[in-house]
Amino acid sequence: MRVLSRTGVRAPALDENRPMPDITFILPDGGEHGFEAPAGVSLMQAATGAGVPGILADCGGALNCATCHVYVDETWQPRLPPPQADEIALLELTAAERRPTSRLACQVRLTEALQGLVVHVPECQQ
Amino acid sequence: MNPAEQIVIVGGGHAGVQLCAALAAAGQGARVQLVCEEPELPYQRPPLSKSFLKNPDEALQLHRPEAWFAEAGVTVHRGDAAVALDLARHELRLRSGRTLGFDRLVLATGCRGRRLPDWPEAPANVAVLRSAHDAQGLRERLAAAPSLTVLGGGFIGLEVAATARALGKAVTVLETAPRLLMRAVSAELAAHVLQVHRDSGIDLRLGARVGAARFDGDRLRELEVDGICLPVDLLLLAIGAVPDQALAQAAGLACDDGIVVDAAMRTSDPAVLAIGDCARVVDAASGQRLRLESVQNAAEHARVAATTLLGAPTPAPALPWFWSDQGSLRLQMAGLLPAEGTRHRRPGPTPAGFSILHYAGDRLVSVESANAPMDHLMLRKLLEAGRSPTPASACDPQVPLKQWLA
Repeated sequence: MRVLSRTGVRAPALDENRPMPDITFILPDGGEHGFEAPAGVSLMQAATGAGVPGILADCGGALNCATCHVYVDETWQPRLPPPQADEIALLELTAAERRPTSRLACQVRLTEALQGLVVHVPECQQ
Repeated sequence: MNPAEQIVIVGGGHAGVQLCAALAAAGQGARVQLVCEEPELPYQRPPLSKSFLKNPDEALQLHRPEAWFAEAGVTVHRGDAAVALDLARHELRLRSGRTLGFDRLVLATGCRGRRLPDWPEAPANVAVLRSAHDAQGLRERLAAAPSLTVLGGGFIGLEVAATARALGKAVTVLETAPRLLMRAVSAELAAHVLQVHRDSGIDLRLGARVGAARFDGDRLRELEVDGICLPVDLLLLAIGAVPDQALAQAAGLACDDGIVVDAAMRTSDPAVLAIGDCARVVDAASGQRLRLESVQNAAEHARVAATTLLGAPTPAPALPWFWSDQGSLRLQMAGLLPAEGTRHRRPGPTPAGFSILHYAGDRLVSVESANAPMDHLMLRKLLEAGRSPTPASACDPQVPLKQWLA
C-alpha cells in the first residue's frame, strides 16, 4: 500500500508484549494516514491519538454523537465483529451517507486480528 | 485571518482542545498557543465520574498525544495558569511570569466546583470532582472508605453515587431541593432517576436540611442533616459549578454568571472570544441568554469560534444535547425544556426504558430518554430536522419514528 503521510505517532501500548496493528485511514481527498496503533484501544482512540483529520469523536466514545463515523474497507468488513444495537441505532445519525460498511470507530476494538485494517474517512461528521 | 495573527487559548478542557483541533485542521496550528493550568495534556473528563473512578488501573484518556500538538505546531503551556489579562497591550501574563502577546484571545476557562463558604478549604475527607487530580484523589480515598456521602443531587453527584454503589459502598445522597436534577431535567424524569437510585440501595434524601459540620483536625467527622448527626467517612461536594470568569472580569470584559458573548463567541472586546462552560451566549434578536455545561456545548462553541477566527460565516446554532450514565441508568437529553408546554411519554422497547417528549404548542422542542437510546437518537434527529409528529403518533410504540425522517 502507498502511504502518503505516515505520522510516526505511536500511542503508549497497553501491553508492551502485544503486537501493534498497522492501520490505515484513507481521507476523502485520497490522502492516507497509516500508523501503528496499540492493540486493545478503540479505532477512534487510535485515530484521535494520531490526529487523523475528520474523526471528531465529540462524546469521547460514550455512544452519543456519531462523529467518529468511518467506512470500513470492503475487504475488511467481513473480518470485523458486527455492530451492536446501540451502534446500529447511532449510525442513523451520521452526517455523511450511511453505507453497509459504516461503523463508529469508537466501537471497533483493535486486536491483532485487525493487523493491516483499512478504513475510509467520510466527507463530513456534522 | 491575517497569517501573522497569534491566537492564545486559555484552558485545556474540551472546548480549548477542540478549538486547537479545528484550527490545526485548517492548517493554522502554528499560530496557536494553549495555556493549560493542569500539568496533564488535555484529557477526556466524562470518564472521571464513572469508569476512571471504578477501575484503579484506568489511565486518563488524552484527547491528543503530545506528538500531535508538536506536529500541528500548537505550543502547549502545561501546569501554568493565566493570571492577568491586559487588553490594551494584548498581553496575557502566566503564573510562571511568562507573558504571551496575542492578536486574538480565546477564554475557555470552564467552571470551578462550588464550595461551602464556612467550611475549611480542603479537609482530608472532603472531595470535589472537576480535574484528573481530583478524580485520582477521590479514587484512592473511595477505595479505602466504607461509605460515601454525596452533597448535591446533580449529574456529577449522582454519577459518582452510582459508581460508589457499584463498588459496594454504602452511599447517601443529600439534596436540599425538593427533587433531583432541578435545573436540568423534567420532574417526571427526576422521579424516575430517584426511584432507580433508591432501588439500587442508595439512601437518597430530598429536601435535606444540611446544618452544622463538625471537624476534627483536618477531617469532617459529622454532618447535621434534618437535625440528626450523620457520621462521615468521605464526602463529595457536588453542589454545582460556577463559571471561571475571574480573568475576564478583572480585565473589564462583560460578565453575567459567565463571560457574555454573541452568537460568534465574541466578548465585549472584539479581540477576545469565550467558549464552553464559561461562556454565556446572549442572542441579540431573541434576547435568549444561554450558558450550558456540557461536552456537546463545548465542542459546538469551539467550531463556531474557529469560523470566527478564520473569517468564515457563523453557522446556525446547533441543537443542544447531553447525556449522563449513572450505573445502569442511561439518560439522554436533547433540546431545551420549554418554560411552558405539554409532555408525552413514549414507552421504550424494554420496560426500563422510555422517552418524554416535550411540546411547546404543537412543536416538538425537547426529548428526555432513560434507557431508550435507539428511540432517543431518532427523536434527536426529528428535533434537528424540525419535524413535529403529533404526540399521539410519536408516543405510539407501534409507530416507527423513522417514518417522519423520510
